[in-house]
Parts: sequence; C-alpha cells; structure tokens
Amino acid sequence: MTHRFSAGDAARSVLALDKVSLDVRQGEFLTLLGPSGCGKSTLLNIIGGLIEPSEGAVFVQDKAVRGPLPDKIAFVFQESTLFPWYTVVENFGIAFKYRGVARAEWQDRTAAALKSVGMHAFIDHYPNQLSIGMRQRVNLARGIASGTEILLMDEPFAALDEQTRMVLGEDLSVLLAETGKTIVFVTHSLAEAVFLSDRIALMTARPGRIKKTIAIEEAHPRLPAFMLEPRFSELRNQCYAALHDEIREAMAVESGGART
Amino acid sequence: MKSTAGARAVQLVFVTAFLGLWYVIGRTGAVSTLFVPRMEAVAAAFESLVQTDQFWAAARVTLSTIMQAYLIAIVLGVAAGYLVTRSRFLTRLLEPVISGLFAIPITLLFPLFILLFGIGPASKVAYGAAYAFFPIALNTIAGFANVDRRYLDAARSMGFPPSGVFRHVLLPAAFPVILTGLRIGFFICFASVLGGETISSLAGVGRNIALAAELMEPARMYSWIVVVIIAALLLNALVSAVENRMRRE
Repeated sequence: MTHRFSAGDAARSVLALDKVSLDVRQGEFLTLLGPSGCGKSTLLNIIGGLIEPSEGAVFVQDKAVRGPLPDKIAFVFQESTLFPWYTVVENFGIAFKYRGVARAEWQDRTAAALKSVGMHAFIDHYPNQLSIGMRQRVNLARGIASGTEILLMDEPFAALDEQTRMVLGEDLSVLLAETGKTIVFVTHSLAEAVFLSDRIALMTARPGRIKKTIAIEEAHPRLPAFMLEPRFSELRNQCYAALHDEIREAMAVESGGART
Repeated sequence: MKSTAGARAVQLVFVTAFLGLWYVIGRTGAVSTLFVPRMEAVAAAFESLVQTDQFWAAARVTLSTIMQAYLIAIVLGVAAGYLVTRSRFLTRLLEPVISGLFAIPITLLFPLFILLFGIGPASKVAYGAAYAFFPIALNTIAGFANVDRRYLDAARSMGFPPSGVFRHVLLPAAFPVILTGLRIGFFICFASVLGGETISSLAGVGRNIALAAELMEPARMYSWIVVVIIAALLLNALVSAVENRMRRE
C-alpha cells in the first residue's frame, strides 16, 4: 500500500508511505516504531479508514476498509481527544451514540473501563478539570470501553512525563492481556515499544517503509521486572541500531538537506 | 474577589471624579455652557425628557431598528461564515475578502443606503446590519475553520454522521468564538444605527440628538446622550449575562 499527500501539483506532493505491506494477527500487539515524520500516524489512520490510501488497500478479516468502522476499530489518539465541552461520562455516551449501543450497556462498560484505569471517581468532571495524565487514562478507558476487537493507538502516552508513562504502560499491559484485543500501537519510545509489543515493525525515514520486524517473545501481562532483564536492553538496542541511520536521515530531510 | 472589589472601588472613584469635575466646570463657568452645559441643567432636561411621549416614541424606533439590524446581521453573518468554512478553498478565498471589506468604512456607503432604502428606519436597519455582519461572519469563520482536526478524526472514527459532527463537535468547538463575534457585532450595530440616525433620519434617538444640537439646546442634547449611555450600560450588562449563561451551558 502506498500513500501520497498531494498539494495540488506533483512537485509539492509528498510520498508518505511507499509499498508498505503488513500483516497483523488477531490478538497481536504490534508497534510501529520509526523516526518522526516517517508516516507511522498516517499508516495508522489508513488502517482505521480515516485516510484513503493512494494505492492499495487495508483488509480487516478479508474485508476491505473503506471508511471508519466504529464497531470494529477504535482509536486512542495522542493527548486527549476527549471533547472538552462534555463531561467524562458524556464523552463515553457520545462515543456510543451513533453505534446503537443500549444505554444500560454502555454505562456498564464505561463504569468498568473507568474503574480499570482508576478514574471512576471523575465521571462527572470536565476534561479540563483533570491533569494530562488523568485525561489520558480516561482517553484510554474510552478506547477499551468501545468494545471493538481492534484498537489503534497513536502515541497515547506522548504528552506524559516518563514516569507516568511507564506506569500507564504497565497498566495497559495488564488491561490488554485480559481483553485479547488486536492492537496497533504507534510510538517513538524504544522502551515502550519493547515493553508492550509482541512484534515491532521498524519503519524507515520518509517515505515510510517497513524496514524489519522484531518479535518480542514474552508472556503478557508484562511486569516491570521484564525491563531489568538483559534481554530487554538487548532488544531495545537492536531497535535502536536498526533505526539509528533512519533517524539521522529523517533529521536531514527535515532540515532540507536531503531533498530528493 | 478582593481584586474585583478593588477594581470596582477605583471605577467608582473615576465616575465620581468625572461628575465632580463636570459640576465644578459648570459652577466656575470655565467653559461656555454651549459646549458643556451645567450638570443641573442636563439633569433637569433629562427629567422632563423622560416624561414626554416624544422620548418613548424615539426610544422605541431606535431600539426596534437596532434589533432588526442585529437579527439580520446574525442570520446572514452566521450562515455566511458557516458556508464559507465548508471548504478549505472557500475559506482561503473569502476570509481575506471579508476582512478586507470590513476595513473599508461602510459609512462612505451611507448616502447609498439612504438612496436605496429611503430616509426612514429601513436605511438604518440595512446600515447597522451591514456593519454588524462583518465581525459576526469573521468570528464564525474563525470558529468553524479552527476546530481541532483531532476532534473531527475522533468523531469520524466513532461513526458520527455529518449532522452529529456538526452538533457535537463543530458547533460546541466554534461556539465561544462565534459568541465573541455576536458581542462585537451587537455594539457595532448599536453604534452604527445611532450614528446613522444622527446623519440622516426622521425619527429615533440619534435624530433627536442631532436636532437638539442644531437648535442650540446643549442641555437637551446631553440629556439624550445620557439616555444612550444608560441604555449602553444596561445592554452591556444584559449581553454579558446572556453570554455568561450561554458559555456555561
């Protein structure tokens, strides 16, 4: 699959993704890891049907994706996409409004999901009354409560400090091990990728291609002790080595040095 | 709270000082009473003014002219602003045009409004509406065009139909900015209707102010101006109350 952002004329269009081919198994946690601007988020949006690819297609259980599939695929975006004009519970309600989920059912799922991230007490708060970390937990809970088999997460912890981020990562691993969801996760944190994933797809600098994939054989839920094992550092270094040149190249492209 | 009380006290001091200065000038006769009539004279003129039918008739004409002009400006401004933002191309094309037109003094077209709509209230309605249209349309454009893309993506991913996106995302996101436009538009409408009445009209508060000036009756003229100031303060309080209420919801 290929994607090109066009800006009127060919000279200004940008080849964002070049012949990306990727299989995600059911129940797998796959992370897209790559330098900034490599098209990770674009790829995620294409998978979720928010962007139509220029060439190629995405198939979910043998059916081509031609737009958002709210009953099958849920997104958790970077920082919070909770609507600031609605309270936490209203934000959950609105997410189910157009999917025809019965009131009692979504309220149960909302309560359970908020409890699982420890945010149940804040159900009637407005997002702006919560800290960034709390908001992101609620945002995560909304993705989990959606009840979809597939969850696409676009740097959900990017706005958080490293400590909060590690703790939320641990929580996430526990939560997802229970739900058995298929996850595609975008991040630029090496440690986060290794800690959470079953498989990491390393991407090249723009135009994004899949450079190689690394499997992480470790049972879920993952425990903090995993991070202290020599194997963890080894995998992390392996990712870094594969990405190092790409990051250099991405920086050169951004500063206009390597325009082709 | 304490700083609000402090600010109120300072404001009160200013108003008192202003009135005191006015009184002193009247007493000493430092400035011709033709320009600055004595405070007592204005107070007396004001008192007899509000007891006349002529006063209430004029107030009714002006108020209804302002309301008609404002309503037209809201409907046209919000509709135009929304339609323009339906396409990014239209926004880029028309936003500079609208803000460019707003920079031109519409006062220059006032004689044209008189020619088109006559010397009665209709020309002032058109004039006030034309002036208030611009801030309302521009703020509506700013409100709808700057809705965070991520909210729209989130809404689409959750299966919102276009009507749902409008009701639950576009409108609440744009609303505070639109409300600012409505507020600015109201006071521009108020000022331009009164201004139009002083330039050319048959009735209304502005007409009476101009008339009092022409007849060399400064006390009467100032008493009309006091009426406008009181009306402006009351309307400001009303608009703030409405705005605060809407912002809370």
